[in-house]
Amino acid sequence: MISREQFREIMDNGIWHQNSSLIQILGLCPLLAVTTTLVNGVMLSLATIIVMAVANVAVATLRNLIPHEIRIPVFILIVAALVTVVDLVFNAYFHELYLVLGIFIPLIVTNCIVLARVEAFANKNPPLQSLLDGVFTGVGLLWTLALLGGLRELIGAGTLFSGIDMVFPALHGLQLLPADYPGLLLAILPPGAFILLGCLIAWKNWVEARAVARRPDSGADHALPVALADGA
Amino acid sequence: MEFISTPPFLLLERSSVRRVMLQVLLALLPGIAAYVWLIGPAIVVQLAIATLAAVLGEALMLALRRKPLALFLSDGSAIVSAWLIALSFPPLAPWWLIVVGTLLAIVVAKHLYGGLGQNPFNPAMVAFSACIVSFPALMSQWPALGLQLSFGEQFQLIAGLLPRIDAMSGATPLDALKTALKLGDGQVDVPTLLATQDVFGHFAGRGWEWVAGGYLLGGLWMWQRKLITWHAPFGFLAGLSLLAAALWAWNPQQFADPLFHLLSGGAMLGAFFIVTDPVSGCTTPRGKLIFGLLAGVLAYIIRVFGGFPDGVAFAVLLMNLCVPLIDMYSQPPIFGLKDAP
Repeated sequence: MISREQFREIMDNGIWHQNSSLIQILGLCPLLAVTTTLVNGVMLSLATIIVMAVANVAVATLRNLIPHEIRIPVFILIVAALVTVVDLVFNAYFHELYLVLGIFIPLIVTNCIVLARVEAFANKNPPLQSLLDGVFTGVGLLWTLALLGGLRELIGAGTLFSGIDMVFPALHGLQLLPADYPGLLLAILPPGAFILLGCLIAWKNWVEARAVARRPDSGADHALPVALADGA
Repeated sequence: MEFISTPPFLLLERSSVRRVMLQVLLALLPGIAAYVWLIGPAIVVQLAIATLAAVLGEALMLALRRKPLALFLSDGSAIVSAWLIALSFPPLAPWWLIVVGTLLAIVVAKHLYGGLGQNPFNPAMVAFSACIVSFPALMSQWPALGLQLSFGEQFQLIAGLLPRIDAMSGATPLDALKTALKLGDGQVDVPTLLATQDVFGHFAGRGWEWVAGGYLLGGLWMWQRKLITWHAPFGFLAGLSLLAAALWAWNPQQFADPLFHLLSGGAMLGAFFIVTDPVSGCTTPRGKLIFGLLAGVLAYIIRVFGGFPDGVAFAVLLMNLCVPLIDMYSQPPIFGLKDAP
């Protein structure tokens, strides 16, 4: 089974310390393209969480059977099968949202967060830990994309939760700012996503730096996490 | 109170940033005077709004960054950025537009990159580009020619108390020419347009040509005072006019003459006050020339073939990106050596 400390570590890493968007800077393509509204960001994150959790369990279960040399193609096959399922589910139950998210649901296959978790964690750990890792990495992605999407939507259009009727037909988006708010179009466009992501990363580093400064015992040896980019 | 201990050999020119910035502001005055003559006091109101926003934004960021307020606030660099923003925005734009632009310049383009002397992009041009991308309609509404508004009406327009009416606004001469050519679809030619349409004057846009002349005057004064060198402005104007001349010589029916382009849009303001920015521009003499030349060429391409009314801002930002490369390849040779290192 799993110890309390192990659970905590997996949770902390997934949600905060190794946050896929703010620290690992992985999966930038959906991050930049989809987070024009909060609902889009959250729904794509949910799709990614499902894929990641199930893929992690599947790979962890099969990890002793998969030949090391061809593990990457096998991982991709597993992930692709799951994404196909999610893709069809979205198409059937949230058709309007499916049209909005478009290519980015199939592209979860090539999302490096998914492949990174499968390769770096599930391939070396038992199924339960891998499940938790997949879920919590996804939760880290979820709150980042929700925050980014919410900020961009609010600054760019003055609304929040617009398009929620695509998920829950009974609900409507909120018009938070006055209706004649002109909207800073830049926030909706891709450059705005880059600028706001930069601000979020700066905010996280600031929070960490303050936490380090406040800790009385170990100040110097706990270096700041450095964001290393790869893209995708 | 002294914050910085200066080496003895610098003591003669104390707080030289402030002196330079004050002289740049002085050099802008002829252009502003022509602007006031053309549009009215609205531009002065915009300059005041921009200055206030810039000083507040600067003070806020300095306080956040725990830097000495008085020292950096009094250097005047924020005010220069603010004035350049006010002069490049439409003069009757609502007050919040200029505030958003100025705050973007000071907070994002200047202080997030490290403050005075650290910004890789020209703050004023960042503000203009961000706003024209974000608010294309408002940023293209220039006062229509011959629009006679009292000071009170202009003030109310800026404050957002009067509704905006389409008849009040027109395109810039550059935009008017581009739109007319596009609509004409090969049937209209530039000489006829320039001669018949009201918006065009002797050389370029009616009235705007004198504003450009004012900037030219201020720029030449700065050159004479050795605040700027000739390289960047000459390169910019040469790049712009050489490409314009080539296309004009090839097809004078579809392309305006170089003089029109030199006196239109942000060309003169850009040549003397934007590409000469010592922070975001090149530092070597040859580098400045190359920087200006390529910026001029890009500005022409973007303003004539692109979708936006003018190309100076985008051209300058694109060239800002190339500055480290140009600087690296344009190092002057070390004294005593034949070739550059």
